[in-house]
Amino acid sequence: MKKYLAYALLLTLLLVAPLLFYPVLLMKVLCFALFASAFNLILGYGGLLSFGHAAFFGGAAYVTGHAIKVWGLPTELGILTGTAAAMVLGLLVGVLAIRRQGIYFAMITLALAQMVYFVFIRSGFTGGENGLQGIPRGTFLGLVDLSNDRAMYYFVLGVCLLGFGVIARAVHSPFGQVLRAIRDNEPRATSLGYNIDRYKLLAFVISATIAGLAGATKSVVFQLASLTDAHWHMSGEVVLMTLLGGLGTIFGPAVGASLIVTLQNTLSSGPLGAWVTVIMGLIFIICVLAFRKGIVGELQAALRKSFN
Amino acid sequence: MNASGDFILQTQKLTKGFLGFIAVDSVDLNVERHTIHALIGPNGAGKTTVFNLLTKFLTPSSGTILLDGEDITAARPTQIARRGVIRSFQISAVFPHLTVRENVRVALQRQLGTSFHFWRAESSLNVLNERAEELLDLVGLLRFANDEVADMSYGRKRALEIATTLAMEPKLMLLDEPTQGMGREDVDRITELIRRVAKGRTILMVEHNLGVVSTLCDRVTVLQRGAILTEGAYAEVSSDPRVKEAYMGKSAA
Repeated sequence: MKKYLAYALLLTLLLVAPLLFYPVLLMKVLCFALFASAFNLILGYGGLLSFGHAAFFGGAAYVTGHAIKVWGLPTELGILTGTAAAMVLGLLVGVLAIRRQGIYFAMITLALAQMVYFVFIRSGFTGGENGLQGIPRGTFLGLVDLSNDRAMYYFVLGVCLLGFGVIARAVHSPFGQVLRAIRDNEPRATSLGYNIDRYKLLAFVISATIAGLAGATKSVVFQLASLTDAHWHMSGEVVLMTLLGGLGTIFGPAVGASLIVTLQNTLSSGPLGAWVTVIMGLIFIICVLAFRKGIVGELQAALRKSFN
Repeated sequence: MNASGDFILQTQKLTKGFLGFIAVDSVDLNVERHTIHALIGPNGAGKTTVFNLLTKFLTPSSGTILLDGEDITAARPTQIARRGVIRSFQISAVFPHLTVRENVRVALQRQLGTSFHFWRAESSLNVLNERAEELLDLVGLLRFANDEVADMSYGRKRALEIATTLAMEPKLMLLDEPTQGMGREDVDRITELIRRVAKGRTILMVEHNLGVVSTLCDRVTVLQRGAILTEGAYAEVSSDPRVKEAYMGKSAA
């Protein structure tokens, strides 16, 4: 009962938020919250550190931009196309990387993502250093004009809630149960008859797909797909967001993403603009040293203790 | 016991070499159905390597493994598990961040055929709770069903591991040092538990504690430097001067 009340409160907050804050910032927060949550599925619940998730985020952004701007697809279909592209890319990268563990897995995903990045630099449709600009926002089902920031916000909110829903369900599903068992003890899961590589691959593909959904949506919000989205900095940033918020918690990555995005936005316009990277680094160090479970993880642990 | 025997597991000239070092040397192991069979030997004799070969966590250099007379030498670890050969590990093989009930349920879950269903609610697994709780009751862990495993004592983790293994309805259980690192009380409890669950099943175990072996096991195979030194009932084997020598050194023989 309490849980439903908390969800209702959260939803209300999300619905009234654009009246209180700048909608474009809120949409950016939502997209990154979804991206970090997707990343958390593979790291927090699958125990696999992917260092190449920017390829799915950025790749979907380009494909969506191209589909809407050049092919003239409607916005929803454009986002779906980008998401599907991330899924296919996720399958390809996953098949190659999933057989390795730990640092080797991270290195293979990084290497493959860098290859994708160079393809984006070289190929014409991405606009190279300039990025793919002027992606029209279009309409939602031909009814609502999305060039209005508030309308766009509610569209993005809907897309992101859908994405969160898929992740939350996957975590708390029969599949999620096996995935957590594999994260906890791989050889034991094998000895119980589970073909662990297939579970990891499915988790990876779901994660890549939702990361793609986030990137696709972001490209429509900003009407821009750029190399920044596909750069390895982005892969690192999502790790930071997830760890800061709380690895392996449902809400942690979203909290971490909101914090990082808001901080970046506030700082970059102020006198500390040049110091953003340093401040992010400091936050990361403090997080790793002082609260390893992340913000939400530590809160949960504290709550559990006070109840016992 | 007749001469041909009813063997659930047999190995023929099972050999494993690692870069010029023969860890397991031409081992012919015969495990009779419905017995508790112990694999003993001094440290480094190759006991765990034999386990890893039997469950295909390692690939044999040569030799064959027969399960119910069928050649399973080429099978993968998952296939071996699905044929009912379930192993435990030297360190406790539990899922520390799942609850006690979930640990057992994960083993039961595969039979539902929904393990890839990421769109289905977790509550669809609740149909397995009753069976999971039965198994937990059997090993005396029912009252901890909702606890997270990470906080439990070592002895209880090992008991949980046995409950999880039983959930697989194993034909053959391979237990790797089930009482290792335990206090006296826990050792007695686990020994009693193994005796109880062995009914109608076959168990092959690696064990260092000869007290446990003597009270529990029907047959004992002694390994030394990767090869079988001798095999027989515990009384027979333990009076063998070669076995004493292997364990204690020459002077004790």
